Amino acid sequence: MRGKKRRLREQQEGLSRRDFLKGAGMAVSTGLLAAPEAAATPEQSSAVLGPGAVPVTLEINGKTHQLKIEPRVTLLDALRNRLDLTGPKKVCDRGVCGACTVIMDGHPIYSCSRLAIEAEGHPIVTIEGLGSEEKLHPVMAAFVEHDAQQCGFCTPGFVVACKAFLDKHPNPTEADVERGLGGNLCRCGTYAGIREAVLEAAKTPRGGHANG
Amino acid sequence: MAKCKYDWPEASERSLIGKRISRVDGPAKSSGRAKYTYDINPPGLLYAKIYRSPYAHAKITAVDTSAAEKLPGVKAVRVIQGVGKEIQWAGDEIVAVAAESEEIAEDAVRRVHVEFQPLPHLVLEENLEQAGSLAKEAGGEKSGDPEKAFSDPDMVVSEGYYGLSTITHCCLESHGNVAEWIGDNLRTHSSTQGVSDFPGQFGQALREQGVQIPDNNIQTICDFVGGAFGSKFSPDRWGIESVHLAKAAGRPVKLMLDRNMEMEVAGARPSCFAKVKVAAKKDGTIVAWDSHSWGTGGPAGATMPPLPYVLNIPNKVTRHTSVSTNTGPSRAWRAPNHPQAALVTMCALDDLAAKLNIDALEFFSKNASLAGDRAEVYRQELRQAAEMIDWQKNWHPRGAKSSGHIKRGLGLSIHTWGGRGHNSTCTVSIHPDGSVEVNLGSQDLGTGTRTAIAIVVAETLGLPVEGVKVNIGDSKLPRSGGSGGSTTIGGVSASTRRGSVDARDQLFAAVAPSLGVPADQLVAVGGFIQAKGDSAKKLSWKDACAKLQTKTIQASGKNPDAAKCKLGDSGVGGAEIADVSVDTETGIVRINKMVVAQDCGLVIDLKTAESQCFGALIMGIAYALFEEKVMDRVTGRMLNNNMEFYKLAGIGDIGELAVHMMTGPGYDERGTIGLGEPPVISPGAAISNAVANAIGVRVPTLPITPDKVLAALEKGGVA
Repeated sequence: MRGKKRRLREQQEGLSRRDFLKGAGMAVSTGLLAAPEAAATPEQSSAVLGPGAVPVTLEINGKTHQLKIEPRVTLLDALRNRLDLTGPKKVCDRGVCGACTVIMDGHPIYSCSRLAIEAEGHPIVTIEGLGSEEKLHPVMAAFVEHDAQQCGFCTPGFVVACKAFLDKHPNPTEADVERGLGGNLCRCGTYAGIREAVLEAAKTPRGGHANG
Repeated sequence: MAKCKYDWPEASERSLIGKRISRVDGPAKSSGRAKYTYDINPPGLLYAKIYRSPYAHAKITAVDTSAAEKLPGVKAVRVIQGVGKEIQWAGDEIVAVAAESEEIAEDAVRRVHVEFQPLPHLVLEENLEQAGSLAKEAGGEKSGDPEKAFSDPDMVVSEGYYGLSTITHCCLESHGNVAEWIGDNLRTHSSTQGVSDFPGQFGQALREQGVQIPDNNIQTICDFVGGAFGSKFSPDRWGIESVHLAKAAGRPVKLMLDRNMEMEVAGARPSCFAKVKVAAKKDGTIVAWDSHSWGTGGPAGATMPPLPYVLNIPNKVTRHTSVSTNTGPSRAWRAPNHPQAALVTMCALDDLAAKLNIDALEFFSKNASLAGDRAEVYRQELRQAAEMIDWQKNWHPRGAKSSGHIKRGLGLSIHTWGGRGHNSTCTVSIHPDGSVEVNLGSQDLGTGTRTAIAIVVAETLGLPVEGVKVNIGDSKLPRSGGSGGSTTIGGVSASTRRGSVDARDQLFAAVAPSLGVPADQLVAVGGFIQAKGDSAKKLSWKDACAKLQTKTIQASGKNPDAAKCKLGDSGVGGAEIADVSVDTETGIVRINKMVVAQDCGLVIDLKTAESQCFGALIMGIAYALFEEKVMDRVTGRMLNNNMEFYKLAGIGDIGELAVHMMTGPGYDERGTIGLGEPPVISPGAAISNAVANAIGVRVPTLPITPDKVLAALEKGGVA
């Protein structure tokens, strides 16, 4: 079963919120996040998982984690509640704001709109895997320098989205930045700093390249 | 007057204050390591969810929680409001559950059974006639002789209707709490903007509800808060419930609001609508004002904004009607009642200027004399903002003919705020190893409070910013004020300046004998303690502190402290100008550029101060063009209680932004004054005026959505 996408059917509750999210979340993914990978629909499968906990293996920031969780648990909740990886934030919880952005198979995804079981076999990088307070990733350093953060709650999602964006657009224009980062929202209003930070990070070795 | 030793250093002596310094907690935030309340996961944590009223107005007739209680994994269930309680807004809390996982808690909420007797509700207020008895007269005032002024045949009179809808705070970190009992002690991690005030609030509520806990057994911690904007001053009913659930279950409980409830019940800015009549002489001198305003902030209604705003019009009459609605209660939203006042006033005056056929910049500059003492500051700010947006080149009379369907326009607004520093106490410690820490029960909402404190203490001690450890976000630290009304920077900068000057003087006294220089002839600069005017006599900071042997110096500082100099003031202003393009075929408004010229006395950190202004412009663009809490008349529910249909501005919506802080002589000597509120006041009015300038007709209410633009164009304008 490892690595295979499965269709979830909630037996007890009928159509659940998470069933809805699974479809709707993908449908509303726009801009940067509308990668072919993200648009794919799960394959049909006769296997029914749950409702109880099932074993799930996740590869996160180069480390393998064995979890036993209910199939309905989102990747975001698995990261935050089971693995204490709290860099990805829960904000809109429906694939709109990007605060939960992580990188899966090299593509940025909204982890609130992906089930943890779907992430099996797909290497994941979270903000924690990109750098640390002591060893800032160039995108993080540019965010600090340009004060591209206020309360900071949207910041990790933005940093991850910027990193993934720069991997694909190493020499972006301002218009590219506005389009490519349109899938993340900030409430305090840090976009002016973010625009500058991304353009500067693009100039930094490792900032604008896929090996960062 | 002799210079007081606590005074802010002169510009020539400042090495940190007023410079662009990166926020000290920037690396923690950008690396995702900053721990917010939502991120606190103590061992054994349970997750709480709440069953909420689906009705906007109803009486509870039955509550059955037995099925929820039987669900495996559920550890505590509490009825918050039982049979007989009258619910006043949809989403109000009825039953709380705590369970082993979020998913089980959600299942449990679905198993709660509550019966209601629905009652009539009102959720829409723009049409006053439909409000009936829920609309109540709520004050007003009269001065001069407005009747006489309006009846003067030489007056030019403009009449209009203006308004702005209720919006929500939409904090990205929803409201909530992690409650943990440690024996008889309660520790809460709370997403709050008033950490020092929380234990008292928790204690009072808990004792009223039968939990006998003294306040000194309660500690509240908040290292980081993911947005507040005025909405996080209280633990709220859900916060109290998290404590009860934790006690009942014997385990820590996390209760964070789901997004839909964050939008429905945890924050709203009151609406305001107004019919305004305003008169001026033909030369543009404003003479008279007449307004009838109304609005709602939920069941408690809404108070009158300060109308007319900024300008003290000599003949005026105002009247306000407060409408009680069955909607989530309002909370303070950045600069309470000022964005409403600015929108109504500046749009009405802009319409008058257009009717007089006078350049709006000239009109507002001329009438700035009605702003009293601050008139000249407003004129300077208007000039500065006009230069930044190239008003002379880009302004045209309202709705001037131009080819094509994209129409461009400029609009301006001015604003004011108080921002005097709040009460704050702190301790500043200089340790024998040379390390320095400052302790105070303040909090950093993202405004840069931590950074400003570090800058003040480092500047005073002649150290780099990294040489100062700032401990805030804990109620066990010396009491400081809540972060509201732009009072924080004035409070914490003054208390920490006073504390660090006294700590520094104690260090001077300790090292004076070994330097052979009187203590009052020493200065702390560039990492050294040295004799004034004789840098040969000096000790490095570390060597100086070593003279303390094992005795840490600790000095306290407070604000206000009349005996220790005046370090701050109250009363700021600002001018904002928007440059917009309006597509008259689609009704879509785009921001080309927005500028602000803003004063706030002495700026401690220019970088984070500018960020406050950039953020305010962006938040302003959002409420001017996109944000609205849309209520459904029939069901009484909020229709857009999510971030998909409740629109915030995105990175592509903001255009070019420019900020100018008014600093230097005339500003710096006032000391520190708050900045969080003022720049967010004007954007709605400035953008509305720019749209009117572009298309030649007023779009009366915010948000200026495409349908409203097209409807306005139906009535006139240049399409």
